[in-house]
Amino acid sequence: MSMPFYVSPEQVMADKAEFARKGIARGKSIVALEHQGGILLMAENATSLSKIGEIYDRIAFAGVGKFSEFDQLRKVGVRFADTKGYAYSREDVGGKALANAFSQVIGEVFTRELKPLELEILVVEVGDDRYEDHKANSIYRVKYDGFISDHPGFCAIGGNVEDVESVLRSDYREGMPAGEAAELGRRALSAGAERSSVLDADSLEVCLLDRERTGRKFCRLSTDEVKGMLNE
Amino acid sequence: MPLLGSYQGSSFFELLQTDNRHLLPDLSAWEKSATDRVPHGTTVLTMKFGDGVLVAGDRLATAGHSVASRDVVKVFETDPYSLMAISGAAGPCIEMAKVLSVELEHYEKIEGEGLELEGKANKLSQMIRANLPAAMQGLAVVPLFAGFDTRRKTGRLWKFDITGGRYEEAEFDATGSGGLYARESLKHDWATDLNRTDAIKAAVAALTAAADEDRATGGVDLERGIYPIIKVCTSSGHSDASEEEIAGVYREILAARAAGGNL
Repeated sequence: MSMPFYVSPEQVMADKAEFARKGIARGKSIVALEHQGGILLMAENATSLSKIGEIYDRIAFAGVGKFSEFDQLRKVGVRFADTKGYAYSREDVGGKALANAFSQVIGEVFTRELKPLELEILVVEVGDDRYEDHKANSIYRVKYDGFISDHPGFCAIGGNVEDVESVLRSDYREGMPAGEAAELGRRALSAGAERSSVLDADSLEVCLLDRERTGRKFCRLSTDEVKGMLNE
Repeated sequence: MPLLGSYQGSSFFELLQTDNRHLLPDLSAWEKSATDRVPHGTTVLTMKFGDGVLVAGDRLATAGHSVASRDVVKVFETDPYSLMAISGAAGPCIEMAKVLSVELEHYEKIEGEGLELEGKANKLSQMIRANLPAAMQGLAVVPLFAGFDTRRKTGRLWKFDITGGRYEEAEFDATGSGGLYARESLKHDWATDLNRTDAIKAAVAALTAAADEDRATGGVDLERGIYPIIKVCTSSGHSDASEEEIAGVYREILAARAAGGNL
């Protein structure tokens, strides 16, 4: 009987992480920005396959990396949220519990499976002024190994994330109007894009979690609406 | 993995059936003789009118010969372009309306676009079919489903039987214990392309007629200020008939009756 080669656990994890990071860096970026009226999600995405999606009344999802993998996770999130909201009440579905559940699933795959999930996701939840304990917005980021973090104000994932983040870090300010947030989001994504020019509205996927809406706060903007928001 | 169930499709109802059986009612232990002890909803109606559809229901729920509730709601907005009205055993009925509204939203989120109106009606008929064992034991769910078909730009409405049979109606329909009387009244008042006001008038008249002839139907209760729920659904979505509007129409009916009218 032949013995398998010994590979140290550190080496296995490092290899898996390296593999996942490469997959994620190949793609394009997504940013989430808090603004006066809620949260804006913007992706560089000229295709008709959505990277941003609705999960529940106040919660949205965005993923970068391998489409089939993060879209599967999005669906899992919708099932989780709808079942919870049906069994308890709509107000009981929260972003933190969902982000934690995602973190467990992704972390579990990272340790147990040969191939880690090549993705990174955002779970964002908009506040609602009517509920004392739900007033604040939250932005959670979950990495390919299940590492979870929360990001007040803004967050960027995927692609040339350092370039995108540096624009956000220098120009983001609290309570900015939605239009200004959209401008900043585009500027940040353009900094990370392969082409050096500014991205136009056709190559952006933009969704909002709008504080003012009652019930389902998620809305997807059409290209014309994006143009309007960017004053084009 | 804890989060990953075995169900991979787009239907919330099937998700419950596959991975969350415990959240669905199990009425196999139900005895038919106990049926009079649970609240039943009575009269609901729906009709097409010029701009779309109208759905209305009285507010009374009865258990046997007693009043179970005077202000129960039997008309539900299942999504921005559809409405469901229920009659039959109130518990399973209201639950079915709740599951259907989650179902429609769930499908839209998973698939990225909503179902066609006909698809929604079809889904409801599958849910009624799944309720057949309970229906055979006396807990029938007999809803009406109506909505605005955004593709065909018209209102459409369906009635169902307890086996899940689905029948599209071209004009109007009513069901529940006072349904027969409501239909008779609508037959008299309904016309193609009624405007919103006349459609509301016809609905209040039909519910009043049903309440007159059927002791289990509530009608308008001016003393307590309890009014039927009347919702309309058009190309711009839902709106409710206001209580003042309904009270106004009802007062006209009372005045005509006091003046010796044949109402």
